[in-house]
Amino acid sequence: MSANTSTGNGSTNGAAPLIEVRDVEKHFGSVIALAGVSMEVHAGEVMCLLGDNGAGKSTLIKTLAGVHKPTKGEFLVEGEPVDFNSPRDALDQGIATVYQDLAMIPLMSITRNFFMGREPRVGWGPFKRIDMKYADRVAQEEMLRIGIDVRDPGQAVGTLSGGERQCVAIARAVFFGAKVLILDEPTSALGVRQTSMVLKYINQVRQKGLGVIFITHNVRHAFAVGDRFTVLNRGQTLGLKSKDEVSMDELQNLMAGGQELQELSEELGGTV
Amino acid sequence: MTTTTMTAGGDERLKQTPFITRLMRRPELGALAGLILIIIFFSFAASGKMFSLAGVVTFMSPASQLGILAIGAALLMIGGEFDLSVGSMVAFSGLIFGVALAVVGLPPILAIIATLIVAAAFGALNGQIVLKTGLPSFIVTLAFLFILRGMTLVGLKWATGGSTQLRGIKDLIEGDPIAGLFRGDAFTGLFAWMAEQGWIETFKSGKPKVEGIPVEVLWFLAIAALATWVLLRTRVGNWIFASGGDAGAARNSGVPVNRVKTALFMTTACCAALVAILTVLDAGSTDARRGFQKEFEAIIAAVIGGCLLTGGYGSAVGAFFGAVIFGMVAIGLTYTNIDQDWYLVFLGMMLLGAVLFNNVIRRRVTGER
Repeated sequence: MSANTSTGNGSTNGAAPLIEVRDVEKHFGSVIALAGVSMEVHAGEVMCLLGDNGAGKSTLIKTLAGVHKPTKGEFLVEGEPVDFNSPRDALDQGIATVYQDLAMIPLMSITRNFFMGREPRVGWGPFKRIDMKYADRVAQEEMLRIGIDVRDPGQAVGTLSGGERQCVAIARAVFFGAKVLILDEPTSALGVRQTSMVLKYINQVRQKGLGVIFITHNVRHAFAVGDRFTVLNRGQTLGLKSKDEVSMDELQNLMAGGQELQELSEELGGTV
Repeated sequence: MTTTTMTAGGDERLKQTPFITRLMRRPELGALAGLILIIIFFSFAASGKMFSLAGVVTFMSPASQLGILAIGAALLMIGGEFDLSVGSMVAFSGLIFGVALAVVGLPPILAIIATLIVAAAFGALNGQIVLKTGLPSFIVTLAFLFILRGMTLVGLKWATGGSTQLRGIKDLIEGDPIAGLFRGDAFTGLFAWMAEQGWIETFKSGKPKVEGIPVEVLWFLAIAALATWVLLRTRVGNWIFASGGDAGAARNSGVPVNRVKTALFMTTACCAALVAILTVLDAGSTDARRGFQKEFEAIIAAVIGGCLLTGGYGSAVGAFFGAVIFGMVAIGLTYTNIDQDWYLVFLGMMLLGAVLFNNVIRRRVTGER
């Protein structure tokens, strides 16, 4: 997988970012999960959201996805302030979230998963039914486009590998007109080949002009496809870097709070 | 990566899925195989009368009553929930229907509607408690198994002045056209004509031995067909599979999981109410022991039909076959020299076999990764 990919479409200047949050805070009772986070993602770029466990990554993406309402701060979509009440609202604005393990139902067919919740229908009145022919055809075409040659779109998703499942979930979001994709640790449970398959597909999605928010705690994966990196730590934005101004090691250190990891690395005589 | 240029339907390089693979993917395969085995067994063990027209009608009647419950149970199980209260719901709906007819004096059509509404309300209550508390439906509906049975006993004693049986319903519905949809035989004219032609067996008087198809069998067939169509071809069907397969993933994809599950609980309760209406009109009375232990038989029939206990997989056709297997064995044993109490042994073994078989199938379907 080539680490060097096209950087944005230069869209960073000019058009308003697809999503922008400024000093967003989220409190759960007395717990401050987000204490002033700012980030933005533009069309045709991959923004990597990095952070250790408990840094506030999940809370941030759930806020972007409409699951949580921010306690304070601004939330803009294409320059317009928004106020989401449910994930449906976010979806309607073109913000689609692909959760790591909550995307596909293994016992259901690829077609049924692909169109779950948005089934194409034909017929009239009470006799409305799913247009299975069309659904099967589209599912198969879209799978081929990703490079997964399914023999039969009626086969269960459980027969696909983990990487393939992530790709189907992403393809589904793209097919249904997402402008921004939020990918919640899509590679964390995958092997090397599976990971490269997903990363390759993320790159493809970017070239289509979508904005991607890629959540991970693997710096190597982030560096492979990322254009810019936002590092979260303890509910705050620790750094916002673009690819040409930061190295992999620096990112790693930023993410872990630096110090301890450095020491551990020396102790073990290698890199962590 | 090169994007493959695809023309619509341009899948000539894709292999046709082998027939066996497609067959193995059908959830009702096990039930169908079981049914064939049972038919083979009884064609040797039972007297020829069993598969005569009269014999088939005899075992299809109890199979239909159980089958209507089993299809409701199957839909609910595919949706990821259980209902242990359907048996008690049959008795309770019988009480409501009997009281509406005999005590309140409603005309049959209104009594039927009232019964269905009350049943649906209890189904919705079951569903709301399960969804709101997050308790397993197993435990919530187990509570209603007792609550409804108890309320039936108390209600019947109140309505009759001390008896647990409410009689005299037959006279109230005689000649009513709506009640005719729920009792007696259909196609009697056709059967009489077929008897005249000498196509079917007749008594000496010339009357056919089987006067028509019992309406409950028609209800059973219609409900099985409708449930199958809904499951496999409609959006709601897709939502049922999704809700049972993984409620979280379904919600993320915009499936109204709670609405689907509540509707399924209501459907199951209405199936029980329909069985109650059919049996009350047939017997002309209702009593507190109606539907006793039917919840277990319905769930077993659904499991034999390929429903997974974990939800998200199964079929209505399978439950149909499962119920027919039940009827065949329960009635079929009387045509043999075998002690009828083997029925219970068979029931347990069938359940065990079906669960083991379903596990294997599930592994196959998902590729077990």
